[in-house]
Amino acid sequence: MAFLSRRLGLLLTQVNRAVEQRHFSITGACSAIQKLTRVRVVDNSTLGNTPYHRPPKCIHVYNKTGVGKVGDKILLAIKGEKKKALIVGHRMPGPCMTPRFDSNNVVLIEDNGNPTGTRIKTPIPLILRKREGEFSKVLAIAQHLV
Amino acid sequence: MAAACRRFLAQAGVRVLARASAARPGARCRCFSSSGLLRANNGEPTKFQPPPKPVVVDKHKEVVERRFLSPEFIPPRERTDPLKFSIERTDMIRRRKVLNIPEFYVGSILSVSTADPYASDKTSCFVGICIQRGGKGLGATFVIRNIIERQGIEFCYELYNPRIREIKVLKLEKRLDDNLMYLRDALPEYSTFDVNMKPVPHSANDEIPVNQLKVKMKPKPWTKRWERPKFNVQGIHFELPEKIMKEAQKWSKPWIQFDMLREYNTSKLEKEIWKEVNEELKK
Repeated sequence: MAFLSRRLGLLLTQVNRAVEQRHFSITGACSAIQKLTRVRVVDNSTLGNTPYHRPPKCIHVYNKTGVGKVGDKILLAIKGEKKKALIVGHRMPGPCMTPRFDSNNVVLIEDNGNPTGTRIKTPIPLILRKREGEFSKVLAIAQHLV
Repeated sequence: MAAACRRFLAQAGVRVLARASAARPGARCRCFSSSGLLRANNGEPTKFQPPPKPVVVDKHKEVVERRFLSPEFIPPRERTDPLKFSIERTDMIRRRKVLNIPEFYVGSILSVSTADPYASDKTSCFVGICIQRGGKGLGATFVIRNIIERQGIEFCYELYNPRIREIKVLKLEKRLDDNLMYLRDALPEYSTFDVNMKPVPHSANDEIPVNQLKVKMKPKPWTKRWERPKFNVQGIHFELPEKIMKEAQKWSKPWIQFDMLREYNTSKLEKEIWKEVNEELKK
């Protein structure tokens, strides 16, 4: 009797494990800028402004999580080339008192952090001033700070 | 001197004629001040100063004081203790005694200035149209939208955040909807507002004007399917084919308005809270 109940117990646990092992495919939570997001280059660099039949896409985010927010560096694929860029605004709402833009904005950057363009007409969030050391040159060429 | 006098008379004469021609039967007579004409800078002809417009007070109309209770004072229908909401209300009133939070609705144009450690001069200012008022109690928020340099920007501010220095209402008006999120998919001209616009004067006891503007949209796809009855949008000028409008009505739920469990009558609550708030404010 006890032997039978133990057997049943084992069977039940096996059934439970089988139910737990059922896998569902879940897409990652869509937040801000991640791999394969199409972005909009807002500075006046030639690479960002010459028309191409494919929009610039993010291919890597330099972050522990693969999600880029304002102030993160990403790798873009533009015109068949790889170029680093800095995120200056995204469509996802951020912390309170920070602006939410209607497009995912990005500024092209070199490996040492210098911006490629010479002027940024689009408004840039003031939060970037927190890391003034890294982004001083980008903030210097920005004309409008929101 | 004589020339100046002649000029003065000529101008006055012309003025009188103009007034006579403009006078229609039943029109109120207007008095004008000629002080502006007497000042002559170095003998040059003075610029025409229009007379101040008379303030017409209609004494026959009853002056009804408008009562406005901010929507975040009304507590949501929950199982939490009403004590929590009353404590929150005392905190909200304490904040309102320090900072004047004016009456505004979704669709009014506001200018908000906040304290920002990263801004030049430590203050940052933003002007835009209020598209949404959410949250209850101390966490009440409002979202302001504007388009600057062809880039749409939205700011979500908390009404009772101590970082907010000033909230100015530049134009007080209502729209056909309580939620103007569809402005994100509307043509940019409906969300652009001049950053240096001057406040439009509004007297305290007049009724709030409802702007009957129907907004034109960008081509589909939109962020949300605004034509569906779930959003109950009145302020869009839909130019979609009738087939799509008919199909959108498939998602209508006409029984919801008769659902008694969803009823939340706040009239009594509003009166009590109004009394409470006014007493605290007077202290």
